[in-house]
Amino acid sequence: MKRRDFVQYAGLGAGALMMPSLLLGNDIPTEALLEPGMDALVKKNMADIALNTAKSLGATYADARIGRYLNQYIFTREDKVQNVVNTESFGIGIRVIANGTWGFASTNSVTADGIKKATEQAVAIAKANSKIQKEPVKLAPVNSYGEVSWKTPIKKDFKEVPVSEKVDLLLSANAAALDNGANFVNSALFMVNEQKYFASTDGSYIDQDIHRLWPTLRVTAVDKAAGTFKTRENMSAPVGMGYEYLDGLESEKIDGPAGLRLYKNSYDMVEDATIAAKQAREKLTAKSVDAGKYDLVLEPNHLGLTIHESVGHPLELDRVLGYEANYAGTSFATLDKLKSGNFKYGSDIVNLVADKTQVGSLGAVGYDDEGVKSKKWDLVRNGVLSNFQAIRDQAHMIGEEESHGCCYAQSWDDVQFQRMPNVSLEPGKEKYSSAEMIKDVEKGIYIAGRGSYSIDQQRYNFQFGGTVFYEIKDGEIVGMLEDVAYQSNTQEFWNSCVKICDKDDYRLFGTFFDGKGQPSQVSAVSHGSSTARFNDVNVINTGRNI
Amino acid sequence: MAIYTKEEARKILEKALSFSKADTCEINLSGYNSGNIRYARNTVSTSGYSSNQSLAVQSSFGKKSGTATIDEFDDASLEKVVRRAEELAQLSPENPEFMEPLGPQMYDESVTYSESTAKITPEYRAEVASSSIVPADAKDVTAAGFLNDSAGFSAMINSKGLFAYNQSTDVDFTVTMRTNDGTGSGWVKRDFNDVDKFDADEAAKTAIDKAVLSREAKAIEPGKYTVILEPAASADLLRNMFRSLNARSADEGRSFMSAADGKNKIGEKIVDERVNIYSDPLNPEVPTSTWNGEGQPLKKTSWIENGVVKNLAYDRFWAKEKGVEPVPFPPNAIMTGGDASLEELIKSTKKGILVTRLWYIRSVDPQTLLYTGLTRDGTFYIENGQIKYPVKNFRFNESPIIMLNNLETLGQQVRINGNLIPYMKVRDFTFTSLSDAV
Repeated sequence: MKRRDFVQYAGLGAGALMMPSLLLGNDIPTEALLEPGMDALVKKNMADIALNTAKSLGATYADARIGRYLNQYIFTREDKVQNVVNTESFGIGIRVIANGTWGFASTNSVTADGIKKATEQAVAIAKANSKIQKEPVKLAPVNSYGEVSWKTPIKKDFKEVPVSEKVDLLLSANAAALDNGANFVNSALFMVNEQKYFASTDGSYIDQDIHRLWPTLRVTAVDKAAGTFKTRENMSAPVGMGYEYLDGLESEKIDGPAGLRLYKNSYDMVEDATIAAKQAREKLTAKSVDAGKYDLVLEPNHLGLTIHESVGHPLELDRVLGYEANYAGTSFATLDKLKSGNFKYGSDIVNLVADKTQVGSLGAVGYDDEGVKSKKWDLVRNGVLSNFQAIRDQAHMIGEEESHGCCYAQSWDDVQFQRMPNVSLEPGKEKYSSAEMIKDVEKGIYIAGRGSYSIDQQRYNFQFGGTVFYEIKDGEIVGMLEDVAYQSNTQEFWNSCVKICDKDDYRLFGTFFDGKGQPSQVSAVSHGSSTARFNDVNVINTGRNI
Repeated sequence: MAIYTKEEARKILEKALSFSKADTCEINLSGYNSGNIRYARNTVSTSGYSSNQSLAVQSSFGKKSGTATIDEFDDASLEKVVRRAEELAQLSPENPEFMEPLGPQMYDESVTYSESTAKITPEYRAEVASSSIVPADAKDVTAAGFLNDSAGFSAMINSKGLFAYNQSTDVDFTVTMRTNDGTGSGWVKRDFNDVDKFDADEAAKTAIDKAVLSREAKAIEPGKYTVILEPAASADLLRNMFRSLNARSADEGRSFMSAADGKNKIGEKIVDERVNIYSDPLNPEVPTSTWNGEGQPLKKTSWIENGVVKNLAYDRFWAKEKGVEPVPFPPNAIMTGGDASLEELIKSTKKGILVTRLWYIRSVDPQTLLYTGLTRDGTFYIENGQIKYPVKNFRFNESPIIMLNNLETLGQQVRINGNLIPYMKVRDFTFTSLSDAV
């Protein structure tokens, strides 16, 4: 697929210019997605060539990642299929430590000769850079797991579902939107299968088969006479699941306020498109918000992005240490705040956990990209900052004995580095629904779905919009609002969290394209929460007359 | 990998095309070599080199198209990729918006390639890193930077007789300098086609000076201020405005460029009459290829003239639907400037804010092009023609349309991200809150 087509269909805008080549790959026929790829035993032999070559050249550590990345994308608008794309990318990345310094090289020539050459290059880079290295790399120990494997627990492999069935689903959703008042509708399916083989001189050979799926929907309603328009995007999330996510099971639906339908582990795209069209039209005449202080009731598919920006990113240890200073920035959450043991990140009921094992999440793997078994750990416990996110070469910097297992590379072609695990807000312990929460609010706004988002380079000041907004007066939803954005400061915001709904309301938000590093790499990550209430948050009116 | 010459590229493309049995066939060939160095905490963190080449075949039978790509160019591989594209085309649904490939075109000779950039070595990249790290160390400042350079080519051919070729080079540099007490931060960005125009020492010094000058910023009330926007600050907002130049979205009623009653804003005055924005692939400061991915020739085109929307971009399908000539999307943006230097703009300001750059810009309302984001890496209070003191960063909520209506003075142009943008003094720029971020 041509890059310009992808950018256009996906509606990704300028941000997509940094989109990695692996998302494009080489175009292949649909049936080629089902071909098995290189046998695990052959991969082991190939990886051993890299490890042995590295050791013979003086490397003290080496790892090899053989990756086969399969993608299928389907784009539609209204009654048309714009494109169906299948791609494959295959190669090996080799990382070494020589003279106490990292070196990395990759090749798409997964042959004895190709691997030897790439390994030599990786060692040469390490040795060259060691001349200006100030501190030798220190790796936290890791278990030798031997030959192991892990698979995303899927029920339906997207590769086995006929394209016609997927196209029918998208066109049915589009038709539902058009029948219910939409002028335009774009829908797409992004489906990813990472087949990753990892081997290291620490004695692990790890074969993993990882699946992700992302349905998108953008419904537009136009008032032609007035020259105005509004859009309403999907209430689904990208997930670490198989095609079964699109079954639309009734048991996984949650009723929100004002006819809103929300989805847990199963998405009904046609139903969402129907509601989206009605809501897009309703937005055209919705009341413009009065700026001021409100109690916010934030739905999980909205709150996830706030968690991502105000908790996930500031607690990345490489940001804290300054490695990202020239790009994404640094962090207000400094090492001394962690060491103090009493930095109040949020109110007492706020518990934020990092978790690379959560079923159905985008970040779930058995082992990370440097062979560390995935796990779960606390970031904020009872409101107090308790940890950062660290990988093998960082763990010692925060006095940890082992890596957190959150190292990731977007492809075989890129070097792995610390990436955000799933970071989630634990649900409240007492039985409490979002309907009850709304009843308890006198003057507030209920916000669902993701919208505009922006945060400063140290993660203090942020502003978020949403997909749909409803005004709450004396415990009742009184109508839809528009032009809503809230501005706050991370610490102030999390300390204003007064109530969190229980586990029955818990669900995952996710993003496919979290960007970090130079050259930039993307990573997919989920954030779970139940609906939560934040008191006295500053809401601005974003309407303008031009 | 070799950067193929025009004749080498033509030979591969003609060979590939000779295997085509489809109604129409379009083939793109491209390749690049790219190197980078990244540093942080006053030491090199990573460096990399990548090389890639790719040939993409789009074969069509009627309105059914298929695309296949390959990175090997021997005869057998070329035949294989053409066959695969044809198989995919036969299996594809009809695309009602399919447009036949263009016939032969005349292109201007581009000026995008520099031999000096193509010859950049790992040693040169390390020297650039040193040019930041050494002076930073001496001033109690920590440098984090990134240099990326690339040299590449792209070429295309089609079954209607079109052939196009271009070579280009790019170098892109950013550095952030942070004072070791954590209270000051400065930044610069430089980008060129020709690395001989890049002065790494000057860039580092500018960022260090800004970092030192921005230490211990004072908080002042958010609100509406006269601002002097450095080109790096305004360019990001203008780039977002440029995305609205698509005629189809405008005609469909879902863009800032849509007007009432189903019309678009061509001919409408939307900003101050001193605003003139055009694109020009042959501008020697910001050259681009003289053809786009569809093989359309790119020429100097006016987008906003004396504040009036002059053109919107019509792709070939939409142009046919509307019965107009296609207008390719702009490859660069050149905004006419004035004579004033930054120093002169400061001198003529009674009370205002100097903004180095804007960060984390996101769309808030596509209808009005309202964007939010924050100032970063050097924000200063100006009083009576002088920089008085650094101020804490602000969050803004502003539309480039409002900004260009509130224009006070246009200053000299600077290249930023491949565009030429002037320094600008603008009144009533809307800052909505304060940030503690340094």
